[in-house]
Amino acid sequence: MPQWYVGVGIAGLAVVTVLARGFFLAPDREIELPAWALQGLRYAPIAALVAVIAPEIVLTNGTLLATWADARIYAVLVATAYFWWRRGILGTILSGTAVLLALKIGLGW
Amino acid sequence: MVAPSLGIAAWGLVTGVAMVKSGMSVAAALAMTLLVYAGSAQLAALPLVVAGAPLWVLWATAFCVNLRFVIYSAHWRKYFGTLPRWQRIVLGYFAVDLSYVYFARRFPEPRPAPEQLPYFCGGALWNWVSWQGASLVGIVLADRIPTQWGLGFAGVLALLGVTYSLLSDRKSWIAAAVAACAAVAAFGLPLKLNIVAGIAAGVAVGLLLDRKFPDAAPERV
Repeated sequence: MPQWYVGVGIAGLAVVTVLARGFFLAPDREIELPAWALQGLRYAPIAALVAVIAPEIVLTNGTLLATWADARIYAVLVATAYFWWRRGILGTILSGTAVLLALKIGLGW
Repeated sequence: MVAPSLGIAAWGLVTGVAMVKSGMSVAAALAMTLLVYAGSAQLAALPLVVAGAPLWVLWATAFCVNLRFVIYSAHWRKYFGTLPRWQRIVLGYFAVDLSYVYFARRFPEPRPAPEQLPYFCGGALWNWVSWQGASLVGIVLADRIPTQWGLGFAGVLALLGVTYSLLSDRKSWIAAAVAACAAVAAFGLPLKLNIVAGIAAGVAVGLLLDRKFPDAAPERV
């Protein structure tokens, strides 16, 4: 991670925040978006989140999980079960992290 | 505002820890939380930064994760559209999810009123303090936690929860499944382009499904 890359990356992410949060608010004249773009707005956040996390969960250095002795599997299963039971994001994070830590520290997975 | 700000604080703590445990320096993590101020986008950016993805992929991914704010901004315009431009930009920057939820509940009528600005500023300040305070604690703590504990993965679990909360109907499930498969299958692509492939595939399938099976009562954004 070269320093300039991280620095420019973070500065750009800050600009992205300003752009997204002010998208329709900041311009002086109202912006009209085509209907398909508005519809795409519904799926893009889900697609982006899933595209980022799915490889983080099922891949290790670019290959699919080869062993069941991987704390991530059980952390994700428990977090998933918690979410659909209680629907709370906070509990989802906490339950999954508890399982992750127990397996990593307890069993060295 | 106390109960939800506990949630914000916990989320900020996880983000602070995950930033440092992904390998980012403490200085970079501090800059990120203070400047970017967008939890999901920060967490989604981490694997990309670590992999050295091209900047446009990093920024485009963050923008997609932030698209909900684009939708909120159309609503904010109805309340604050008459303010000077620089105020609108500053106000937009501090308008996070909770501000939107509480504001829409308190002022259901979409027209300007004098008490709206102080209400907004109070909530936004409270949210900022809860988030940044917890995030700073997370950054400092993470520096002392062993890396083998794998706590960076808590960031992925947080995003998992956010994703589940966005899955509303069958079409969004299918779009998500397609995006996941595409991002994993295309992992061999250079420059982290598998993320772009996943987003494109998910959105394309979503739009196709919308065309084939339109909602009974179409939503207006």
